[in-house]
Amino acid sequence: MGVPAIEAEDLRKVFGDVVAVDGISFSVEEGELFGLLGPNGAGKTTTINILTTLIRPTSGSARVWGYDVRTETSKVRSVIGLVPQDLTVDDELTGIENLRLMASLYHVPKDVAERRIEEVLELVDLKEAARRRVETYSGGMRKRLELAAALIHRPKVLFLDEPTLGLDVQTRAHIWDYIRRLVREEQLTVLMTTHYMEEADANCDRVAVIDRGKIMAIGSPRELKAAHGSDVIELEVQGNGIDLHSLVNGVGGVLDLRVEGSRAVLKVSRGEEVLPELVGRLIGGGAIVRRIEMRRPTLDEVFISLTGRSIREEHGSWEEVFRQRLNIRRVRG
Amino acid sequence: MGEISAIMGRELRKWVRSPPLLLMALIQPLFWMGLYGKAFNLTGLFTVPEDVLRNLPPESTRVVASLFNQVASRLFGSPETDYFSFVATGMTSVIVLFVSVFSGMSIAWDRRLGFLNKLLVAPIRRSSIVLGKVLAASVRALVQATMVLLMGLALGVKLNPASPLLVAGAIASIFLLAVSLSSLVIALTLRLKSWEYHMAVANLLNLPLMFTSTALYPQSIMPDWMKPLATLNPLTHAIEVLRGALLYGNSVDLASFQFHLAYLSVFAILAAGLGSYAANRYLSAER
Repeated sequence: MGVPAIEAEDLRKVFGDVVAVDGISFSVEEGELFGLLGPNGAGKTTTINILTTLIRPTSGSARVWGYDVRTETSKVRSVIGLVPQDLTVDDELTGIENLRLMASLYHVPKDVAERRIEEVLELVDLKEAARRRVETYSGGMRKRLELAAALIHRPKVLFLDEPTLGLDVQTRAHIWDYIRRLVREEQLTVLMTTHYMEEADANCDRVAVIDRGKIMAIGSPRELKAAHGSDVIELEVQGNGIDLHSLVNGVGGVLDLRVEGSRAVLKVSRGEEVLPELVGRLIGGGAIVRRIEMRRPTLDEVFISLTGRSIREEHGSWEEVFRQRLNIRRVRG
Repeated sequence: MGEISAIMGRELRKWVRSPPLLLMALIQPLFWMGLYGKAFNLTGLFTVPEDVLRNLPPESTRVVASLFNQVASRLFGSPETDYFSFVATGMTSVIVLFVSVFSGMSIAWDRRLGFLNKLLVAPIRRSSIVLGKVLAASVRALVQATMVLLMGLALGVKLNPASPLLVAGAIASIFLLAVSLSSLVIALTLRLKSWEYHMAVANLLNLPLMFTSTALYPQSIMPDWMKPLATLNPLTHAIEVLRGALLYGNSVDLASFQFHLAYLSVFAILAAGLGSYAANRYLSAER
């Protein structure tokens, strides 16, 4: 269509004297899986709430599928699906009743709805559990039902707010399998938030790193890591007689070097190119390499280099902690 | 229309699936009916003991009887109406009040659990959310009111219905009362953050509305400052419709019956309009 699926321009949202979103701009192309990455309280959920018409921005503008989120709310609503942070499917209804409810809220005609419900249940593997009440579901099943419910009206753009929050590691991996499958089979554009860096790294086409309401950087995980992170090489040679420092010093692309006796830790910009040269030099200099190891940068490091803080140091608000616990309790229950 | 009935269907499904809630809601009216209606027996005050009656000359018996009959009709609407039947019909309307006031809480709950956001991101009118909940509350109120009335019958209410048409009017009055009250409560509590606030609002409404109605005592014995309140209170009108249809038999005053029903209809339409307006205007995810 030429127009981006999502386009935000200088969005701001102020609650009282708290600036939750502080002038962010970005756009998401059709078919992209785009991640908003940042700690709790960074403004991710507020951004999603603005884009899904739940709250109005204080200033700035945004379009979803070409429709203005301020003035064309019902058009925006009919082309989007939202999977909120909380588990919001109704416990006391069965899976299928939840889906039927969603279908009628989105004005899907009855006969079309029944076929579509079959389809989405298939997509998230909930066919067998569909006639059971949701209170008997596990946390992962609920989240899958939540995904299915958000897809019932064939949305163009899907918003996922912390899709794996409060789930255990295995379930998280499963949910990701489903999300990727949905994107592929339903040709969706997805905007998601997460504070799990590894998940964003593994699954998003592009991410925006967001902190204190501002976007610090946008790009593919690979680009961001190349621009803001560095590869780390750790090596150890045999014996103490070798001057590691002078051997390694001349290698190109080394950003930082620390030597401690027979060990060295290097920060380098392109590890895959530095490594052969480094090994050549060491061997040429008569050293016997006992161990060598290279670590690629993580988005965590990108975040630290952009903000000076680790994403994990941040603590959520009381409300978020409460919700998280609520979710965890439901998962167990 | 589809969206309203979808929301109503959800509310009712949830309600039908939690019978304990339904039963608990019946306990309070049962107590009021039992304690007030049975123990605090106002009609007993106007009953002359047999031996006193036997010692009176026939002439004065007739005078005394007519006097008490006049007092009873003035208080309870008809000479045959006993206080228990009077209170039981009052309580049949009071349960509608309780059900309606608590129905507003579902928005606070949906907000808490995040379900409200799901409704709000759907391409539906905000007023449909409110109207769906109002209609669900009205169906619940009808069922609960019927149950209270059945309990009343089991405990000795003397029914004296005038005609099927008037009984239909009574059913309509319960429905209209529920629409009125739940619309008002939902409009008042749309933006409340939590159900704790809602509990406070519920308590603030429940007892004053019950005591300024004619549920427990007739308007004629109210203090003067209270009488206009009773006249404004939609509960009073529903109660009077119920009594007219179910207790007074052929002595029912049709003109006032119609007036009460008309008052309720207007009140219900205005309240539902206000609720829808408030929803379109103020119902949002923002707090």
